[in-house]
Amino acid sequence: MAVEPPTKQQKLNPVELPSNIIVQFQSETGDTTGPQLDLPHDATPAQLEMLLNGLLQNDDKLPYSFFINDQELADELGGHLLKHLVSVETALRIVYQPQAIFRVRPVTRCTASMPGHAEAVLAVSFSPDGKQLGSGSGDTTVRMWDLATQTPAHTCKGHKNWVLCVAWSPDAKYLASGGMDGSIWLWDAKTGTAAGCCKGHKKWITSVAWEPAHMALPSRRLVSGSKDNSIKVWDATTRRCLFSMSNHTMAISCVKWGGDGLIFSSSRDCTINVWDAKDGKMVRSLKGHGHWVNTLALSAEYVLRTGPFDHYGQAPADPEEAKQAAQQRYDAARGGRPERLVSGSDDFTMFLWEPSTSKTHTARMTGHLQLINQVQFSPDGRWVVSASFDKSIKLWDGIKGTFAATFRGHVGPVYQVSWSSDSRLFVSGSKDSTLKVWDVKTKKLKLDLPGHADEVYCVDWSPDGASVASGGKDKVLRLWRN
Amino acid sequence: MPQGEHIQLHQKRYGFRLDYHEKKRKKEAREVHKRSAFAQKVLGLKAKLYGKKRHAEKASMRKTIALHQERDNKHKAEDGAPGSAMPAYLLERDQVERAKVLSNTIKQKRKEKAGKWDVPLPKVRPMAEDEMFKVLRTGQRKKKQWKRMVTKVTFVGNNFTRKPPKYERFIRPTGLRMKKAHVTHPELKCTFCLDIIGVKKNPNGQSYTTLGVVTKGTILEVNVSELGLVTPGGKVVWGKYAQVTNNPENDGCINAVLLV
Repeated sequence: MAVEPPTKQQKLNPVELPSNIIVQFQSETGDTTGPQLDLPHDATPAQLEMLLNGLLQNDDKLPYSFFINDQELADELGGHLLKHLVSVETALRIVYQPQAIFRVRPVTRCTASMPGHAEAVLAVSFSPDGKQLGSGSGDTTVRMWDLATQTPAHTCKGHKNWVLCVAWSPDAKYLASGGMDGSIWLWDAKTGTAAGCCKGHKKWITSVAWEPAHMALPSRRLVSGSKDNSIKVWDATTRRCLFSMSNHTMAISCVKWGGDGLIFSSSRDCTINVWDAKDGKMVRSLKGHGHWVNTLALSAEYVLRTGPFDHYGQAPADPEEAKQAAQQRYDAARGGRPERLVSGSDDFTMFLWEPSTSKTHTARMTGHLQLINQVQFSPDGRWVVSASFDKSIKLWDGIKGTFAATFRGHVGPVYQVSWSSDSRLFVSGSKDSTLKVWDVKTKKLKLDLPGHADEVYCVDWSPDGASVASGGKDKVLRLWRN
Repeated sequence: MPQGEHIQLHQKRYGFRLDYHEKKRKKEAREVHKRSAFAQKVLGLKAKLYGKKRHAEKASMRKTIALHQERDNKHKAEDGAPGSAMPAYLLERDQVERAKVLSNTIKQKRKEKAGKWDVPLPKVRPMAEDEMFKVLRTGQRKKKQWKRMVTKVTFVGNNFTRKPPKYERFIRPTGLRMKKAHVTHPELKCTFCLDIIGVKKNPNGQSYTTLGVVTKGTILEVNVSELGLVTPGGKVVWGKYAQVTNNPENDGCINAVLLV
């Protein structure tokens, strides 16, 4: 038997990088920052951060993350280049992205399981200032919870059937809830009493959204989408329907009130319609999906939700100042670009749109193997995360729509996801009765949070980042903190 | 009217004999006995054909009875809304009804240690050894009587290898080996054909458990991974216990109820 000769040894030396690398910093939009720099190959991200802060002449140091060819720089520059085989023949372009100046600590444990609801909890939502929590349930009540003592505060009775969705007004004064019986109730956040009831829809309400704070403060108008194919805009003070929009031919699945005076509605008739919030005229119809559109998300949704409240939950007392604060926050979040919209559908794809300018999509995101139940933009608008029934969660670039990572770990369909306010973590709730906290930087599972006895229907991370609330089929509302 | 239907014509003209209905009822009542007597007596191919015919008749009868019952049953008004509350995003999706999360694992482990379960059939008929086993006579003169053949259904694992036949004390006939069970989930009220993983306990004795004998009341471990049950910790449940509710040796299949 012929013996195979030993393989020839490579005579080349291991690849050696030049000791110095020519580097050019670039902002997200592609503008160059500072001159080309000659850096040693053992420069760390922390050192780059210091250097960049100096170049940008920031008074207080801001945290940044660095990307080389869309790969995040995690360790030393030289090691990263070797690992990803990046050429250093030309000046190396390093794209920097500012990070949130605060850091949300991941939730690690269940601090309270609050029973009270007599049926499955179908919706939870933190108030924009992060001080209150509202939940809607199958037992036809809306409950408000005291976050400081983790006890029930108010029980709001009024609905005749299940409460399907809840939404806080951006000034945190009212909680709107839409029910299976087709009515929308408004609840006073302080006293828990009913402030009014809007009746008009013939079938159940699937989604409710308030007008953003920078357009009107105190909040007056809200929009609701229903199974009866219509979208209605309501005046919260008079509880009258201002106008009704019905162009969809099937049930509405989601409505959003954009920051530029547009209302977006997705429907099971495979289209997304854009409406003028002033008079309810249809602006354009976004077509592309091949099956039900399940969910929408706006790039500045976090800011629209929190309105004038900053990440400490503070807002100016004067409405005029608060409105300006909200406008500033919105402008900062938009960053000079048009508002982006992402939609997830039953045809297993997602589309990224710029609905204020064009009716064609900017990107089509494929990869999921089952329907997409929810999509969420990160608070800084840079990432999109999608929860799918194929048990995985996928992370996408929020600007270009390119795929970034898959998060696997759930053993059941993922129902909902929610971002932490610093865009570094997000939490997901699944049919397999667990919550999981995921890290965007390492693209790995950070924490597993078992505790629910049954499917988790709804998850929300508070805007101040301190706690996560979740509710599900086991009728208890759970609060998670670190 | 066709020719020769004299009887019908007579009945039409003069009515029935006074005892006509009485006689008819009695004849019908006797019919079953007659049929049974025939069925018991008949032999060979005729018996086979007769059995097949009766089986088909019975099946169709059962179907019509079920149909009638369905008509009489009261149905809940179907308004598209499921019984338990569901979030908006799950409404009108044809979801497979899934079981509640099955009782917690710690409890189950404790029970497992004690070897006791709350079972749907708490008491079973004790079975004598001569019912369970048939004595086989061996040896050239057929005078040795130490071999036994199990006359009940057995579960034999995949990795079972026979002993040399000469020394094999217990014979588990291949015709009575079963690997699958029809397991009913008591809450979902639906039945799945699941693989058997093992025999956990035969109420008639430890030796039957080790032999893998499946009789009425036996606790089986079945593979429920395709049911998609999840523990509170978020792991997929793989094996669950089920109790046999029929007499598999008579029916040719194993029916069982999942222990929740």
